[in-house]
Amino acid sequence: MYNFDVETPGTVADAVAAMGRDEAQALGGGQTLIPTLKQRLASPSVLVSLSGVAEMKGVCTGDDGQLCIGGATTHATVAREATQYPALAAMASHIGDPAVRNRGTIGGSLANNDPSACYPAGVLGSGATVVTNTREIAADDYFQGMFDTALDEGEIITEVRFPIPEAANYQKFVQPASRFALVGVFVAKFADGVRVAVTGASEDGVFRWSEAEAALSSDFSAGALDGLSLSGDGMISDLHGTGAYRAHLVAVMTKRAVDAVA
Amino acid sequence: MPKDGGIGASSKRREDVRFLTGTGNYTDDINIHGQAHVFFLRSDIAHGTITSVDTGAAEGMPGVVKVFTGADFEAVGGMPCGWQVTDKHGQPMQEPKHPILAHGKVRHVGEPIAAVVADTLEQARDAAEAIVVDIDELPAVVDMKAAVASDDVKVHDDLTSNLCYDWGFVEENKDATDAAFEAAAHVTTLELVNNRLVANPMEPRVAVGDYARGTDESTLYTTSQNPHVIRLLMGAFVLGIPEHKLRVVAPDVGGGFGTKIFHYQEEAFCTFAAKACNRAVKWTSSRSEAFMSDAHGRDHVTKIELALDGDNNFTAVRTETYANMGAYLSTFAPSIPTWLHGTLMAGNYKTPLIYVNVKAVFTNTVPVDAYRGAGRPEATFQLERVIDKAARELGVDPVELRRQNFITEFPYATPVAVEYDTGDYHATMDKVLEISDRDGFAARRAESEAKGKLRGFGINCFIEACGIAPSNLVGQLGARAGLYESATVRVNATGGLVVMTGSHSHGQGHETSFAQVVADMIGIDENMVEIVHGDTSKTPMGMGTYGSRSIAVGGSAMVRATEKIIAKAKKIASHLLEASESDIELKDGAFSVAGTDKSVAWGDVTLAAYVPHNYPLEDIEPGLEETAFYDPSNFTYPAGAYTCEVEVDPATGEVTIERFASADDFGNVVNPMIVEGQVHGGIAQGIGQALLENCSYDENGQLLTASYMDYTMPRADNLPQMDHYVVDHSCQTPCTHNPLGVKGCGEAGAIGSPPTVINAIIDALQSGGHDVAHIDMPATPARVWAAMHG
Ligand SMILES: Cc1cc2nc3c(=O)[nH]c(=O)nc-3n(C[C@H](O)[C@H](O)[C@H](O)COP(=O)(O)OP(=O)(O)OC[C@H]3O[C@@H](n4cnc5c(N)ncnc54)[C@H](O)[C@@H]3O)c2cc1C
Repeated sequence: MYNFDVETPGTVADAVAAMGRDEAQALGGGQTLIPTLKQRLASPSVLVSLSGVAEMKGVCTGDDGQLCIGGATTHATVAREATQYPALAAMASHIGDPAVRNRGTIGGSLANNDPSACYPAGVLGSGATVVTNTREIAADDYFQGMFDTALDEGEIITEVRFPIPEAANYQKFVQPASRFALVGVFVAKFADGVRVAVTGASEDGVFRWSEAEAALSSDFSAGALDGLSLSGDGMISDLHGTGAYRAHLVAVMTKRAVDAVA
Repeated sequence: MPKDGGIGASSKRREDVRFLTGTGNYTDDINIHGQAHVFFLRSDIAHGTITSVDTGAAEGMPGVVKVFTGADFEAVGGMPCGWQVTDKHGQPMQEPKHPILAHGKVRHVGEPIAAVVADTLEQARDAAEAIVVDIDELPAVVDMKAAVASDDVKVHDDLTSNLCYDWGFVEENKDATDAAFEAAAHVTTLELVNNRLVANPMEPRVAVGDYARGTDESTLYTTSQNPHVIRLLMGAFVLGIPEHKLRVVAPDVGGGFGTKIFHYQEEAFCTFAAKACNRAVKWTSSRSEAFMSDAHGRDHVTKIELALDGDNNFTAVRTETYANMGAYLSTFAPSIPTWLHGTLMAGNYKTPLIYVNVKAVFTNTVPVDAYRGAGRPEATFQLERVIDKAARELGVDPVELRRQNFITEFPYATPVAVEYDTGDYHATMDKVLEISDRDGFAARRAESEAKGKLRGFGINCFIEACGIAPSNLVGQLGARAGLYESATVRVNATGGLVVMTGSHSHGQGHETSFAQVVADMIGIDENMVEIVHGDTSKTPMGMGTYGSRSIAVGGSAMVRATEKIIAKAKKIASHLLEASESDIELKDGAFSVAGTDKSVAWGDVTLAAYVPHNYPLEDIEPGLEETAFYDPSNFTYPAGAYTCEVEVDPATGEVTIERFASADDFGNVVNPMIVEGQVHGGIAQGIGQALLENCSYDENGQLLTASYMDYTMPRADNLPQMDHYVVDHSCQTPCTHNPLGVKGCGEAGAIGSPPTVINAIIDALQSGGHDVAHIDMPATPARVWAAMHG
């Protein structure tokens, strides 16, 4: 690691002010950022720790019935407390290991937007809203490719709001070594249609599988997916699986997600 | 009846108390007043010519004590190789120089180019970033066959080619073997890969060099399985320090699995730099460094052929193997694919003719050397896979095909130069079929199929050769070391004992099991015996721990030394009891005169030895301390049969291990609990190799699996539930040539299990109508799915 200062603001306002310092970077649970610093792949001069910002922590239900999760809320807290949204809680309960879940946060996961992370699928599949210190961003506008998001420099995710679907399920096929998603599919059925979000597979990061959404919106059964497939082109191809294999897994995992709740 | 002490008792591992309560003393726990830290600048290029290394800026950085480059080591020796293999033409292998810090060229990613010693590690690292290295990158060679096929890319310019040696074994049998293939009724051929592995002991390597100017003594604290070997190699061949001025200490070591046998550059560096800087110098490997600097394991590409006659008797085996050496020869690398691999190719079978060809190849990768099993897993995998394939081709039961060809008479001289002393392969086969409930498999398969899964049953045998010996023979085979073991037994005045053993314990539980043996021989409580190991200033010259040799060789040395103690103690007792020495009996810690009620306690005798008032001083010396060196007359040959049941998810290719059973013959067993733990752990590593682990390079020599994000370690949930993970060692044919009748159990699990898993997967896939004859390890979901879909 290189040397850096640490700021520990107690409010969003103080955090935003601290982020104004030269080469400042937000620190959530540090599960991605700290290893990066240890490898000397990043050299921020100030880390602004968000874990003491009380207003960014916790799970509650908003006036409109949406599930609100503070941006600095850990995966373990979501797994335990997001009881209104069991599919999301279950997803959070399978991220990493207990140490990762006790530190890693929803804001950090979304800001990082790892192409194999779980939360991007949950957020896009739910059509959630990412709330920052300056604005509200619809999930469909938020994810902009591998490790790329709509966030501006210094912008902080303060909250994420999830509409609660009638039925939902997340199926994760793990990459054997990291146990991130080799392919993860989040299926959510709302009154006005079904959303299917896929993580782990595409070179462009999380995406919605529109053919599957259309088929499931008219018939919410695994059978409705028969014959639907994705091409391996544009899918990640690495040691753990070719693009064709990932494309195949997307179809299998989508069916399993539907089967689990239909 | 389970015993509650001594040989055969499952005594709890006494060393675990300190390991589990954080009171162990690992090398990284050793901090010497005023120590400096070293950071190694390692190559991120696989192959290239170093045109300049500019350390000027780095030397002026805060805290920097000294910056070293390859030029600083021109006067000292390179890293030595401990085994010279002679090729099939009678020529010695090609043996390249192996510098402590790269000189002239870099040859693999991770090779150290420069080293910065500074007050703190972070300062050393900061300064290392200021070193300017210019390297003219050269194409890298990673694929072994390409490396041999052409000299376009040579790893070592001063060698004639990338071929280290081309070994034929037994060369005199080659023509007869070829003729047997001509005459065969059936020939089964299999091409396969034995995947490259990274050992990944929980504790990474650490070295602390210290130098006492007042006495001109150097001390190295290091994570080693064999401190005496390191002292000899480093002192005599690298740094030129006489052994009496060099102490090597390997304190608590958190796992070795082979990769801590070897002498590494970092050890020599820290010892050298401590003197050069007149300060202790410490290095603790990061996990990332471990991936690119610990010697890797396995990495063979093999074609094996099995010839059978019309009655399905094996008539000949012929193999051709490419074995990766990496960029340099690690300490024992040349011996692994030859003497620890070719000699095992008979397996459990009476195949009359065997010819093994091995081409050892230099590539731009990390050096490869012994890893748990070392050569024997490679032999077992190919042999047991080709037998399984033959059974399928011939439509016969794989169990019966094996049984029909078993060796049944002992001693048995194989056509690959070893003589098995004892064994009973039908007994272990019977046992494994019983404990695995093979008869119930059909019902379990039907249950799996009802869930949409494919279920397979895999079975195979294995044989291992442990405690490689005798020294004069291995010397003829090219070993540059002896392979005896030593022990000093020191009895204290009040009756307690300290055993100083040349074996080293780094997870094996020697402090418990060795004490059991000595306590049993004397008939005293185990807690009266203390085991000391791992410090060249305390223990007699010993060869350390690897190759499942500790109880068979180190234990035997300890028995011999204890026998000397008992013989002398009987003399003292006969004096105290005023009886003839031949009438003295030792039982339950007391000496008695046969046929009388006269006796004297162990403690009375030991006290007399050190307070010799009433003592036959004219006949025997006072004191009670004896040393023995034991050089075995042969290897030991543990063997067994393993079964595995897998479920395959046909939609994803995912494989789960539902059941695993092992029936091993380890001869006599000193501590059943420790033996079972060794087998469980070995099988876990074998399952790791079969399903999960793979060290992978791209064509430019970049390491793709350089962290746990991509290198898959086995975890508890990859293994079957304990009630379906049965390890049995009740079949026992004691070794005939060592005093304990023991054979060694450390590597068996890792040797026997990889083919079991693959055999089971093939069985599952074929039951689902998939015409898959072989699948390379690791059988990841992606690979299994691809195999199922052509
Ligand atoms: C062993 C391991 C296994 C894992 N397995 C999984 C898995 O299976 N699935 C999965 O989805 N993830 C997995 N993760 C990732 C983990 O879930 C973390 O969520 C993720 O690493 C980032 O969250 P964090 O809070 O630790 O962020 P940090 O590491 O602190 O930060 C990550 C990035 O986000 C920025 N940031 C942090 N918080 C905010 C915020 N509120 N607003 C704006 N920017 C912010 C930081 O500046 C940084 O750039 C794993 C991680 C590890 C170490």
